[in-house]
Amino acid sequence: MSARLMILDEIRAVAAQQDKTLAQLTDELPLLDSGLDSLCFAVLVARLEDITGRDPFAAAGTSRYPQTIGDLIAFYDQALV
Amino acid sequence: MEGGAGLGRAVATREHVLPLDDFARASSLGSHLAALEGRSVVLFVRDMAKAAAALIDLDGSARRIVLCPPGWAPTQLGAVVREAEADALVHDDDDAPPIAMPLAAPCGLPLQPLKTPRAASCETEWILPTSGTSGPPKLVVHTLRTLTGAIAPAALQQWATFYDIRRYGGLQIFLRALAGRGSLTLGSVDEGIDAFLIRLGRAGVTHISGTPSHWRKVLMSAEARRIDPAYVRLSGEVADDAVLAALRTLYPRARIEHAYASTEAGVAFAVDDGKAGFPAAWLENDGAVRMRIVDGALQLRSDRAALRFLGAGAPALADEEGYVDTGDMVERRGDRLFFLGRRGGIINVGGAKIHPEEVEAALNAHAAVRASRVFARANAITGALVVADVVLRDEHASEAGLEREILAACRARLPAHMTPARLRFVADLPMTGAGKLARHG
Repeated sequence: MSARLMILDEIRAVAAQQDKTLAQLTDELPLLDSGLDSLCFAVLVARLEDITGRDPFAAAGTSRYPQTIGDLIAFYDQALV
Repeated sequence: MEGGAGLGRAVATREHVLPLDDFARASSLGSHLAALEGRSVVLFVRDMAKAAAALIDLDGSARRIVLCPPGWAPTQLGAVVREAEADALVHDDDDAPPIAMPLAAPCGLPLQPLKTPRAASCETEWILPTSGTSGPPKLVVHTLRTLTGAIAPAALQQWATFYDIRRYGGLQIFLRALAGRGSLTLGSVDEGIDAFLIRLGRAGVTHISGTPSHWRKVLMSAEARRIDPAYVRLSGEVADDAVLAALRTLYPRARIEHAYASTEAGVAFAVDDGKAGFPAAWLENDGAVRMRIVDGALQLRSDRAALRFLGAGAPALADEEGYVDTGDMVERRGDRLFFLGRRGGIINVGGAKIHPEEVEAALNAHAAVRASRVFARANAITGALVVADVVLRDEHASEAGLEREILAACRARLPAHMTPARLRFVADLPMTGAGKLARHG
């Protein structure tokens, strides 16, 4: 599965679990406007780590955090190569 | 409270502006101010700007101020009133008094002119409640002197904080701003990070403080460059290399410090070399703050520590030598010390401290659960997440769907950050020799 599909699936799963209403998920959508709060992002990162074995947010080389859905997908794409 | 010099200084939220110059002849408590003199006052105010005004009004006048944290329910006040021998209440003028007290004073803004000048002054005790494992909170006794021990005279600083000033970390910034020469910008409850950053940019904020979790939100905000701070402070949670490096890239001009403090032990130190942890050599320092490590936990001694816990039968705050046990576990790696988390397994999710026992009680209340063990999972967004191992009553039960069902039941009883992010079904749980659930640390 591509990082894109996996991430979008997990975002929907976290939103359902945490009772959040999601905005329409486009690449340009700012993460903070997605409907997920910090706790949801924390859960999302944990779930993605369970699936991929990677947590790019914890990587020491991280110097820029993703700001949009598109950024987030690219962020994991880079970490997973 | 002696403010620093400077005209036109203010404490501002989105809703209110408190002109600091006006406090000499005006008050948020109006004619009630004189009646509160010498009393033990519970400060239970919903609005943060009003709470700020009441603190300025009451310091030096009241015998005690009990500073209730935001989000407290009126039912939590009874035990506090008793232990603090409170005989007065200050409440939000938009609300009825939450409990019956001999004197209840509404706090409102804007400030009302005082008919008689302020009479000073006594050394007011500032009482900060902290959450205990169970039962009533511990009441930590400070004075303005202990609270401001780490605050040095400074050049013009325009402060802001993501914290609420009714908790120790935010209170430090409130007092820092008052002691300095600039203003302070505070957030509002329902204000998103984007809107707050835009407001901070307009206010020309130069010095900003928050938890690593607050800062990760900034790093994910498209409005992060609305501010160009000279100083960025992280505290309240462990700062990791990743968040420090990301902030360095975002704000190349800023001095970035991560500070360590606790409500009981006071402000200990701030690290500005851009790396997680702190130099082990600081253990040998003979300065204002002495540190030592006992059984893996950091202990601190300084005149910034609280004076004592309040209440009959309260435990001693410090040992005979004056050291306060922080309960924070540290580990030496090379020439640096790193924080591992809390002793007793207390989990810090985005600055909120969670006792595993409370979460276990909620899990164990589910009919399908025989036992559970709740612990922290490290997380780069909130510092930690709550997760749990669960032993089912019927080991042959279908696990599919049960995780969702148990978590939904938990969510009905607990706030979201206390509900486990994930469950793992296990056959049994590790026990200590004493038959207790084995916990980390």
